[in-house]
Amino acid sequence: MSNTPIDTVPEKIPERSPDHFVAALDDTPLVDVDSVTVGEKPSNLWIDAWRDLRRRPTFWISLVVILFIAVVAIFPTLFTQVLPDQNCSLDNSNAGPAAGHPFGFTKQGCDIFSRTVHGASTSLSVGFIVILLTTVLGILFGAFAGFYGGWLDSLLSRIGDIFFSIPYILAAIVVMSVLFAYRNVFVLSLAIGIFAWPSTARVLRAEILRVKNSDFVMAATAVGLTRFRILMRHVLPNSIAPVIAITTISLAGAIVAEASLSFLGVGLPPTFMSWGNDISQAQSDLRTNPQTLIIPSLALSITVFAFIIIGELIRDALDPKARAQR
Amino acid sequence: MSTSENLTPARPLLEIKNLEVAFKTQNGMVKALKGVDITLMPGKTLAIVGESGSGKSTTAHAIINLLPGSGKITGGEVLFDGKDLSKLSQKEIQFIRGREIGFVPQDPMANLNPVWSIGFQVEEAIRANGIAKGRAEVKKRAIQVLKEAGLEDADKRMKQFPHQFSGGMRQRVLIGMGLSSSPKLLIADEPTSALDVTVQRKILDHLETLTRDSGTALLFITHDLGLAAERAEQLVVMYKGRVVESGPSREILQNPLHPYTQRLVAAAPSLASRRIQSGRQSVVAAAGTPLYAGAADAGVTESIDLVSAAAARAEQVAHTPAAGNAIEVRDLTKIYKIRGAKGDAKTLKAVDSVNFSIARGTTMALVGESGSGKSTVARMLLRLEDATSGEIRIDGVDTAPLAGRELLNLRRRMQPVFQDPYGSLNPLRNIGNTIGEPLDVHKVGDRKSRRARVFELLDQVSLPRTLAGRYPNELSGGQRQRVAIARALSLKPDMVILDEAVSALDVLVQAQILRLLSELQEELSLTYLFITHDLAVVRVIADNVSVMQGGRIVEAASTDEVFGNPRMEYTKELLDAIPGAHIPLGV
Repeated sequence: MSNTPIDTVPEKIPERSPDHFVAALDDTPLVDVDSVTVGEKPSNLWIDAWRDLRRRPTFWISLVVILFIAVVAIFPTLFTQVLPDQNCSLDNSNAGPAAGHPFGFTKQGCDIFSRTVHGASTSLSVGFIVILLTTVLGILFGAFAGFYGGWLDSLLSRIGDIFFSIPYILAAIVVMSVLFAYRNVFVLSLAIGIFAWPSTARVLRAEILRVKNSDFVMAATAVGLTRFRILMRHVLPNSIAPVIAITTISLAGAIVAEASLSFLGVGLPPTFMSWGNDISQAQSDLRTNPQTLIIPSLALSITVFAFIIIGELIRDALDPKARAQR
Repeated sequence: MSTSENLTPARPLLEIKNLEVAFKTQNGMVKALKGVDITLMPGKTLAIVGESGSGKSTTAHAIINLLPGSGKITGGEVLFDGKDLSKLSQKEIQFIRGREIGFVPQDPMANLNPVWSIGFQVEEAIRANGIAKGRAEVKKRAIQVLKEAGLEDADKRMKQFPHQFSGGMRQRVLIGMGLSSSPKLLIADEPTSALDVTVQRKILDHLETLTRDSGTALLFITHDLGLAAERAEQLVVMYKGRVVESGPSREILQNPLHPYTQRLVAAAPSLASRRIQSGRQSVVAAAGTPLYAGAADAGVTESIDLVSAAAARAEQVAHTPAAGNAIEVRDLTKIYKIRGAKGDAKTLKAVDSVNFSIARGTTMALVGESGSGKSTVARMLLRLEDATSGEIRIDGVDTAPLAGRELLNLRRRMQPVFQDPYGSLNPLRNIGNTIGEPLDVHKVGDRKSRRARVFELLDQVSLPRTLAGRYPNELSGGQRQRVAIARALSLKPDMVILDEAVSALDVLVQAQILRLLSELQEELSLTYLFITHDLAVVRVIADNVSVMQGGRIVEAASTDEVFGNPRMEYTKELLDAIPGAHIPLGV
């Protein structure tokens, strides 16, 4: 430096002063600078999340419950030979349990157990169709709005806001009342899904905004990847984790929505086997024949509970910070 | 200090004895400190130096019981003025915190609450420590604290909010708050790491004056050995949760005895740049007789000695004939439209008529503090952003009109390495795919030859081939940066833009990466644009330097010239701010 003279070399190396402490090398063996230590198996967010989930009993319990309900929904006849809506005899109206009818009968004289078993497929179908819809719409709107920004973001986000501002149960009631004549599982799912997707889109958009400013996105641009390929290959995979967690939970929400709408009489027509319908019809007999209400309600609660638990676990497992704190 | 203490033989203000701290993790308790001894006399300055993970911050936090929830003191004692702080109750320690021991945190941006005014927060600290009572009294004291902190028109500034303060100003406020109750001890945890060098210098000067005037002992933590030696009387070098060497700082710097300290001295850019200045002498000679026979020959210092790396580079460049300019930049300007404070449209000239050229096979460093526009220049060169005006010529060809195939060819020839090792790799793609992606995009070779190229690149950056199937989360910052370098090199570019590529790394790792970059340059005759805020690093890597300030290049010359004979006041200021510039090294 021009303005500071270079200090001269001292004549000899100074004596070691008494308070100059040096640890024995044995205590702190030197390791190579930045040596590579890798675990036995590859790991990334998904692999780690799976390892985390695998060790949780609640995950397995919820999964078994969900799989069991899925089997019930697909093959109801494996579990009951009694037909749910034919052979109902008013002689059995509100009768108690009998041989082959473990929970007794409804007011119409139908077998409660059989109706509950056959109702599972409706609930699950609604749940899955709704999340298919919310995920597809949510990813389309959220990803494009977040990644491309500008006027497209304004447009897509405003459309989302419009749908978001209407409570989806209320909106579904209106839609179902208008489409009263066309009520079926698909129309009902559509009515719920159309108003439920903006929350998925919002979560994804926020995540995309975070990820798209990463240096690896800049590096990919500098390599020459097209914008769309960057979105699909680098940005979306890194943004999708919270969407998966929210989806599992919104599946539970959709099942509840179906039950609520059916309970209110604007869901599925009474000819459909559905937990919501059963609960709705059971309300007058609550005091005399409580199991007409209890059995389908229990089935509904257990299913919803299992999905919510598994959603929470997935959300935790996909969040390394939450994982570290446990 | 009370008079009685002055009469009795000096009792240490702080005496840490055999301190052990462990953290609860998924794999059980992990020891972070394995028996740390530190002694600090009243009114003295002590610096703890170490890399990230060495336990230096944990030590500081353990003193005032600010360990995070998962951390626990598992052994030893912390004697402060004779009291064992580790045995105090939450209430008792709260009384000591602030009143007797002040604390200045690392990140001034995160440690002031953005929703309260500065004045409110200072007053809160004053009230909490019982320094003054009554509204008027507290306010008066708060203004006084801010004045001492070096803020002009302090009473006006009281009403302002943290976002209206610069980083340096915020740190001044935090220092003021830490010293507001005239504590006996001030702990500063990397107080200036987030700040520009010139600001760092002013803040540390200020801190020094304040603590000297009030007789406050200062314990500060830093990763920069040069800084520590310059600012502290005593030095404690920590490594893997232990103290490996401690003593008078100048002595340790001139005569490092532990091989780890020798490594640090060899790798610290601030010291290396000074040694180069004073005649390119190797540190191994300066280290004297090694305490442990063989430590010096075992290559522990050699492999990361910056001085020898720089010397080798300089020699290599001297032997290469000049081969014309790879990059030429003429009147490059970038104007951003930003929203002003009142929501009105404003323009910001981020880059203002910048001119420079880089000869093929050489390194030019673009140096500047944050906001000087250096990264914007990089992004324009890389065509990640378009210039407002001016031109960039690569081998004489203007890059602005390039598109499609031609742009792809440009990208193939010029690749970047960015600063943040944790952000520059896609966490969900494995290392092999990350390095091979450019080959894929540019359709180079077939699957098999791409695979072979990935292995070749891993060899080049000294990473094991087995990493190809692994994901970034298993790698350290330095290793990630190697992967980023491998990715940049995969298309065999002839130009690499290094945007603060080593700034986030620990010194030893930084030295390794700098050496790797030098070797690669020699091997592949690369042209580097090396963007950095750290002039010390420039000294060891660059042939030419351009200093940027406020979007303009204020000085451009060869590295030797800039360091030996800086013309501009700003450059002199930057050079002066390199920590350790004023300590005799004894080499």
